This record gives sequence, structure tokens and C-alpha cells, in this order.
Amino acid sequence: MDTANIGDLPAATDARALQVTRPSSDYLDVSESLPLRLASGKELAPYRIAYKTYGTLNADKSNAILVPHALTGDQYVASHHPVTGKPGWWETMVGPGKPIDTDRFFVICPNVLGGCMGSTGPASVNPSTGKPWGVDFPVITIGDMVDAQVPLIDHLGIEALFCVIGGSMGGMQVLQWAARYTERVFAAVPIAAAAWHSSQNIAFHEVGRQAVMADPDWAGGRYLELGKEPRNGLSVARMAAHITYLSEEALQRKFGRSLQDLDAKSFSFNADFQVESYLRHQGSTFVDRFDANSYLYITRAMDYFDLAADYGDVLANAFRGTRTRFCVVSFTSDWLYPTRESREIVQALNAVAANVSFVEIESDKGHDAFLLDEPELFATVRGFINAAARKRGLPASAGPRLAGSA
Amino acid sequence: MLAPGKQPIYRADHLLIAEMVAQDSRVLDVGCGDGSLLQLLADTKAVDGRGIEVSRERVNACVARGLSVIQGDADSDLADYPDDAFDYAILSLTIQATLRPKEVLEQLLRIGRYAIVSFPNFGHWQVRARLLFTGRMPVTANLPESWYVTPNVHLCTIKDFAELCEAVGARVERSVAFNASGQKLGTWVPLTAHNLLGEKAVFMLTRKWVEAGNWVARQ
Repeated sequence: MDTANIGDLPAATDARALQVTRPSSDYLDVSESLPLRLASGKELAPYRIAYKTYGTLNADKSNAILVPHALTGDQYVASHHPVTGKPGWWETMVGPGKPIDTDRFFVICPNVLGGCMGSTGPASVNPSTGKPWGVDFPVITIGDMVDAQVPLIDHLGIEALFCVIGGSMGGMQVLQWAARYTERVFAAVPIAAAAWHSSQNIAFHEVGRQAVMADPDWAGGRYLELGKEPRNGLSVARMAAHITYLSEEALQRKFGRSLQDLDAKSFSFNADFQVESYLRHQGSTFVDRFDANSYLYITRAMDYFDLAADYGDVLANAFRGTRTRFCVVSFTSDWLYPTRESREIVQALNAVAANVSFVEIESDKGHDAFLLDEPELFATVRGFINAAARKRGLPASAGPRLAGSA
Repeated sequence: MLAPGKQPIYRADHLLIAEMVAQDSRVLDVGCGDGSLLQLLADTKAVDGRGIEVSRERVNACVARGLSVIQGDADSDLADYPDDAFDYAILSLTIQATLRPKEVLEQLLRIGRYAIVSFPNFGHWQVRARLLFTGRMPVTANLPESWYVTPNVHLCTIKDFAELCEAVGARVERSVAFNASGQKLGTWVPLTAHNLLGEKAVFMLTRKWVEAGNWVARQ
């Protein structure tokens, strides 16, 4: 696909805009002859899936681990981000000697359909108009995201993935993969996820979307054509969402009522409190790396997620006959995807006598715990993956590479 | 729950249970603890094993060592499983700590073709002697906790358990009483003697009853 002329953007977003058209990672262009049939009934073709791989695919292509990312993640799971320059978003989990050991496994991380790091999304050019899709991009679902990844797995010559593992929206994709392509998934690890998006979660997403759309620079979704960007709106959306990723306890522990670089309250609406300053920072750094319309589309996809709905409203039916080995993980302080929602997945799997492990990890870090340094999470994932690898006939682990590293 | 004692590598009741389990079968271990029985069965019988354990720490340790275990408890979570989901549903030294032993036993018989239950025998002579001679709730090497801290809220004797089996329509396929060192009592010994001399017992059961009235009794 040619580089599109998308006008003169503010400097901060140039690097990001470039990623939309020329991703720093590998990518697969799926041709017009293989249209993606979306849940909405529309078709999308051609489309691109940008992805990163780590490690080496073995001769019989049995050691591939797919790592779908969460809402604001991308394919840079274990390598520095081309826009922010920051380390990969799950380097604690994925890498040489890590629980998802790239010395043993071939790790694939695709940018989701609808994303803005090289996979086709609302910031991409609509081939029929030559302009960015904007809100003309079709509304997509988690199922569509997963369907769009299938040609990539085919392209890599992989018949069955050894494991699909992800947290939050990544966990939704794990469940969707396991339900829709059960024969192609040997093991599945949904972490801090749910089989459906709760009313409260939809509500938070709606607040975020309204913040974006209320920004005049959103311009009816056509901001890219106009050389604008709804920075304030997207920033507020991120600030609100970020609170839901933490816990009251973690916020209190981290910030309390401490003031930011002040001895006394300023009696103004400046960011007096550390927590305000922190959130504003989270908001402003987010807009440097993320497209506002992508945020709308991906949050919508999560809202629409209800796995049971596709299976006669009985979640167990989604997994009937499955031979996939599951490991479901939740965190005690995650109020966005609470343990009881993971337990529903476990109950559904038990109802079909599937092979399932379920671990609830004690943490006060809220939903974000899945991305953080949680030794119990690493031990669980390492143990589960090693046991599954033995069942799959893959070589044994050499164990952690560094003493003391989980 | 029970005295840790001087453990051999495997617990005596685990070895007895392992003798009863067929190669390559599907097993659910309810109250699987640290997963040692599941590990034994995986190592010696190549079973497809699952566990349920109430303690989060133990569950996480089991999963970290590669066992398929979920956090849950016998009283509430067995209802999730379909009929005949497993060849063996095992409850080892756990039934005495459940809130509703009768329902738990019925669930085991429903989800497993065989139910295997081991339990500490409250009819053992030492227990009887403690109560008789001290007039206080028995505390033995086998049942080390005082009445106010013990998780064992539903202790029974071998005779009691045999009666419960009858009450829920379970057929006793095998029953073994044994002492601390795992030594079995001979089958020629009458039940009354088992009840007096066995510190623990293992029963292997099948169901006689059928749901919806259309099952036939196991032959």
C-alpha cells in the first residue's frame, strides 16, 4: 500500500502517522480476493495486519505462541516502541528466559484490526476515497479482530498455535480464538478478562468516547483530513479509563493526598495533587501514541463482546468438545474484570469437562496487575506453559535464565 | 487438617487410591491440596487429572508445578460438572471437612463413574478411648486439632460412612481400612474390627441410582 498524503499533522504525531502507513514491524497485506466478513455484515478488503515476531519457529511449527494485545497495546510486546521509544509492554513476561520464553517459543504479536500501529484501522487510507477512513471505517468486533489474525497464522504456515495468551482485551481474543478456532489452539490463557463486557465497563467506555467526540478538534471524526487532532478529548478519555485500571488502594498508596511540587494548596484548578498530575501525564503521553478514532472503534469492539451470545446464550456451548487446555487468571483487586467473571469462564469450561486451571492472584494493583511485576503471575504462566509444552512434546524448559528473575 | 507427621514421599492413602485407579483414566481430585496425589497419579498412571482446592496459595502452587487445578470447594463447585465427566472423582481426607457430606458424595457419584473417598475413622479405638477415659473431644496424632479449631466438622466412623453409602445409593466396590503406616487390615477381618482398628479408610464406590428414572444400576 502506498504512503498516503494525510496532510500536515502536528509534530508530535508525525512519527505515529508514519506508523499507520509504514509500520516499523512486519506486516501482511491480505488481498481483495480474501475479504474479511465482519460481524456487522460488511466486508473489508484489502486489509493489513502489522505484527512482530520473536524467537524461532521450529521445524514442525508447533511452538508458536500468539499474544493478542489489550485496548491500547500494540505489536511491540517485547521490543521498544517506535513512537515512544519505551520498552515493550510485556517485557516482564515475554523474552529470553521469561515465562513466555523466546528461546523456546515463536511469539507472534499482531496489532489488532482497528489499531493505529500499522494494521488497518480508521486512521488508514480508505482505498475507495484516498482519504483516511475516519468514522467511515466499519464497526468491528473482537471476533473480527480474531478472524483478521487467521490469515497471518496461515501465512506463517502454522496449523495449530501452541498457546494463545493475553490480558484484558487480549484475554477476550484468547477466548474468541479458543471458541471459534478450537482445533488451532492447544492451550489458552485468558488473564484479567471476561466472556462479556459488563454494563459498568460499557459505561466507562461511553464516557471516554463522549469525551473524544465532544472535542471540537474531533471534527465529526474527520480530524486527520483537516490536520487536527482531538488531543484534549482523548486525553480525558485516557485519564478516566486509567483510574479504572488501578485500585483505590493502589492510588492511595501511590499518591495519597500528596501535593505536586507545592508546599500548600494553590487555590486554583492547577494540578495541585500528585494524582492529578499523574493522570494528566498519562493522558498527554497517550495521545502522542494513539489515534482517537482507533480508541472509539476498539472500545466499541470490547463493548460488543459477549461470547455466549453467539452460542445460544450458553457460554459452555462456546467450548463444547474443546480439547484446548485453559488457564484462567484473575486478580483480587481488579474491579474492571473481577474474579467472579473469570469464575464464570471456569464454570462454563467445567460444564463441558474441559481441562482448566484457575488462579486468582492476590494483588492490590487493580486491573493493570497483569502488566506489572507479579511474581505469582509469572510462576503460574511459566508452570502452565511448561506443563502444556510437555503434553505437546516440546523440549523441556531450561528454567529462568537469571537467578532471581521470575 | 490432619497430622503432617513424618511423611514418606507419598501418603499411605494416596498409594492405596493409586492402586484403585486405572491407567490413562480421567480423574478429578476434590480438595487436592498441594497436588501430591495428582502428581502421583500422573507419574504412575498417566491420568488426565484435574484438581479443586480451596486454598488459593495451594492452587497457585499446583498450577505453577504444571497441574490442572482450580480454586473452589467441594460444597459449591461440583455442581458445575456434567454427569460422568470423569472416570474417578476422588475426595481424599476431605469429606470430614465439608459442610454437606451427603450432597458432596452424591455429586461425586454423579460426575465420576467411580467415587473414591478416604477419611479418618472416628471409630478407631484410640479415639474411643480418649473420649471414654478423658471425657473430652479426642485429640490424636491422626486428628491433632482441638475441637474449636479443627476444620473437621463432619467426622464419622467407618460404619457411619458405610451407612451413608447405603443412604445415597452407592455400591461399595472396595473398602480398605489402614493404620498410620499404611498397613492394610486383612479382608477377612469383619467390619466391626475395621472400625475399631483402622485409623483411616478408603472406599471405592459406584452409583446404584439413576437420575430421571431411566438409568440402570451398575452391574
